[in-house]
Amino acid sequence: MNKILIVDDEPNILLSLEYLFKKEGFKVFIARDGEEALDLISEIEPELVLLDIMMPKVDGYEVCKHIKEEHTNIKVVFLTAKSKQQDIQKGLNLGADLYLTKPFGNKELVSKVKNLLN
Amino acid sequence: MFSNALIISFTFGYLALLFAIAWFSERSASKGRRLSNHPAIYALTLAVYCTAWTYYGSVGRAATNGLEFLTIYIGPSLIAPLWWIVMRKIIRISKVQRISSIADFISSRYGKNVTLGGVVTIVCLLGILPYTSIQIKGIASSFQILQGSGVTETLANLPFYQDTAFYLALGLALFTVLFGTRNIEATAQHEGMVMAVAFESIFKLIAFLIVGVFVSYFVFDGFTDIFSKAVAEGLDHLFVMQGENSASEWFWMSVLSMMAILFLPRQFQMGVIENTNERHVDTAMWLFPLYLLLINIFVLPIAFGGLVHFPIGNYEADTFVLAFPIAFDQKWLAILVYLGGFSAATGMIIVSTIALSTMVSNNLVMPLLLINDQFQKRYQHRLGLVLIWSRRVSIFLIILAAYLYYKQIAGQFTLVSIGLISFVGIAQFAPAIIGGIYWKKGARIGALVGILAGFSIWFYTLVVPTMVIAGYISEVLLNEGLFGLGFLKPQSLLGFSDLSYISHGLFFSLTINSILYVVISIFSQQTSKEHNQAIIFVDIFRYSESLDTAIVWKGQAYVPDLRVLLMNFLGVNKTDDALQDFVKHTGKKLDDKIYADPELVNYSELLLSGIIGSASARIIVASVVKEEEISMEEVLGILKEARELKSLNDQLEINSKELQIASEKLKSLNESLQINDMLKDEFISTVTHEMRTPITSIRAFSEILLDQDLPEADRARFLEIIIQETKRMSRLIDQVLDLERFDSGRQELNLENSNVDSLILEVIDSMKHIFLEKGLHFEYNLINSNVLIQMDQDRIKQVLLNLLSNASKFANSKVILKAKITESHLLISVSDDGKGIPEEELPYIFDKFFQAKNQTSKKPLGSGLGLAISKKIVEYHHGTIEVRRILNYTCFEFTLPFAQSKMKIIN
Repeated sequence: MNKILIVDDEPNILLSLEYLFKKEGFKVFIARDGEEALDLISEIEPELVLLDIMMPKVDGYEVCKHIKEEHTNIKVVFLTAKSKQQDIQKGLNLGADLYLTKPFGNKELVSKVKNLLN
Repeated sequence: MFSNALIISFTFGYLALLFAIAWFSERSASKGRRLSNHPAIYALTLAVYCTAWTYYGSVGRAATNGLEFLTIYIGPSLIAPLWWIVMRKIIRISKVQRISSIADFISSRYGKNVTLGGVVTIVCLLGILPYTSIQIKGIASSFQILQGSGVTETLANLPFYQDTAFYLALGLALFTVLFGTRNIEATAQHEGMVMAVAFESIFKLIAFLIVGVFVSYFVFDGFTDIFSKAVAEGLDHLFVMQGENSASEWFWMSVLSMMAILFLPRQFQMGVIENTNERHVDTAMWLFPLYLLLINIFVLPIAFGGLVHFPIGNYEADTFVLAFPIAFDQKWLAILVYLGGFSAATGMIIVSTIALSTMVSNNLVMPLLLINDQFQKRYQHRLGLVLIWSRRVSIFLIILAAYLYYKQIAGQFTLVSIGLISFVGIAQFAPAIIGGIYWKKGARIGALVGILAGFSIWFYTLVVPTMVIAGYISEVLLNEGLFGLGFLKPQSLLGFSDLSYISHGLFFSLTINSILYVVISIFSQQTSKEHNQAIIFVDIFRYSESLDTAIVWKGQAYVPDLRVLLMNFLGVNKTDDALQDFVKHTGKKLDDKIYADPELVNYSELLLSGIIGSASARIIVASVVKEEEISMEEVLGILKEARELKSLNDQLEINSKELQIASEKLKSLNESLQINDMLKDEFISTVTHEMRTPITSIRAFSEILLDQDLPEADRARFLEIIIQETKRMSRLIDQVLDLERFDSGRQELNLENSNVDSLILEVIDSMKHIFLEKGLHFEYNLINSNVLIQMDQDRIKQVLLNLLSNASKFANSKVILKAKITESHLLISVSDDGKGIPEEELPYIFDKFFQAKNQTSKKPLGSGLGLAISKKIVEYHHGTIEVRRILNYTCFEFTLPFAQSKMKIIN
């Protein structure tokens, strides 16, 4: 069973994502901000992190940077409302495997995540 | 040839014309049209230089000495280009320091010294008296010739009451009093007198040119004819520079006249005191030499023509000008020429006398009277009157003295020789003045000793010989020297006999004068006052604009004392005007303090300087001011500072003012455009970002809801979330639109008189359950007043709700609402005991979406627009809102003023 960490500060978005991926058979962990995410990553060692950018304390960019430096095997998918070209570029430059913008289609998101893991 | 009555009526007719011109110009000036404010008029008034000496005497001199007469005109013409440097400097100094005469100028330069001013005045009086008397001689002898008596001696020997010259002198004195002493301020321009003098200059020039043309082209056949006849008569020695010493003679005469044109009291009066605009000097620099050229063109033709035509001994060469029209029976031409000579003489008498009377009153009478305490007490309220009458009396006395001198002595000398003696007397001021304006070290004692020594030598070498000739002193002195010592012979000091009589006197007096001035100055110590004046004079162009602000008085004075002092001279009205001027220019108030500002003391002294001269003004101001000695360093410091500031400002202003304004405008326009643009971009991107969040939830849950086998409980729960998020979105949209309306100024307030307490209670009511839910302790107070305040109730409620709901999100345990009213404001504050806003974020807390941009603080629920909108609402009510940390509370406080007159009111 694939381990996945979902990081977002919006409780409703978190809830919907958790529901969606659990239903698809993932083992889902959640974090409500960047700091919590960093704590969890080394503990649970997920295969993939679904990452928001605009979050309190530590933002998504920082989290991604840390993951790509310390845990090169963990895949990172940005899932954010930031849709400007320069934001996307910045995310990909940090080593993210995928950059998806909100709002998203559920099926599309799940299939992209699955693709990445196979 | 003419009856006495005819000549006298023409003479007085001419005087009447002068009166008319003077009166008309003064009237015109009082209506604001100053005819004299024209460079040509200025140049013409300088031509007061050409007196009866020029008019009659040049021909006389040319008849005996040939070309040499020209030196007196070459000197001024040569130095005219230098006026731009010297004259302009003297004018600027005199205007800034309100100098009233040449005596005042010298006294002022050397520390406003009374003695020096007095000495200069006495030298001027003694030097100019003979000169004035020869003008009377010129008038008298031309009068006689016109009568046809031809013999000079007869009239001079008549008792004065039968002498027409006496009555003419009185008439001139009257004219001078009327147009020269109207205004108590000696520095005020004498409009009428100036215009009369300008007219006289034109008149004498035209008269002389006409007689010149008459002699050259009607009596003779042009210049060639005259000169060839003169050669035939053996007069060719007059065509060239003569003798061994002629070159040095020309040199000395030119030097002499260069000094005369600047320092003769009448030239100083016209060139400096009556000058209305420094720029007029530009024009005078070429127009005045041109005038001199014109008035001299016909001198040689008339002189040679006279020598050729008249048998020797029939006429004095001084009177050839008049002799020609008479000899050829040209009556009207003769009258015109006579009047031309009269105008030349009267111009000099009038201007000289005014200048001298100012010196006498300001530099002799006033200081003497003011030094006497008793007198000052007794006449303190009539000093103005004393001053003006001393001027009037001295005008009469000077003219009478000149008349007496003419009766006793002047008759025996030619016009030119006496004129030159006067020139040498006046030239004694040259070292003190020229040194004074270019050499800071020039000292009072040096100037005083130099002038006294020069004057003594002048008297001994030039005046004493005339007294010997007149028979007052034995000839032994001339032939054997003082005490029988050969090297002290007046006309050949130390055995110098190569120079002519005048050049000899000039050489010795001026040389000794200059040497003493320089040597004593070098070895003497200036007082600080003197040094202060020295710096102002020498560096006038650097300081003149900052002088007003540079205060060189140090001490205490009382405003009422100064006011009384000014009133004594100016009268109540003018004093009030002057003080009001002061207030207007400096922006300082006078009434609210008893001690006078040093600037006011300075100003008062300047005002008085213009009236009674600088030395007297210093005495009289010192009588009410307890002055402390001010050190030289302080003076220099003040002046330098004022100057540097001034020049710095000037440079900045001149060089970059316009450029700066233009570029600044552009820059600020650009900046505000950029900021606007940036803010708008940021706003839009933030709004869209904030909208995506609820949309994302809504879409995600909607798709989940599509799933058929969803448990019923989840389905309900997810639908609830969708509804919440939809509400959140529409709230956000509302707020964005709200803010947009406030920003663009389209928001309108629905103002009504509102009871504050009931409004607060309503708000609390809707918040209560939230506080309960979060377990927060809530405290509040009411204003307990029925006062009604105009406000948009819904909007103010919105502000209160926003503040309270923010407080509820951040508070640890407690929220407090306080309300109170002051005289003009309603004041409401909302505090919470949360951890507060980091100090560096305080300035931005009211910005739109601030919390959204700020990544590191805890993100509360809400759009991020609440405080921005609250701020707008309060500002729309003309109130203020601010946040601060008080003890352990974060406190948001807003005020609403009672007066709301400027607000838009609907309904």
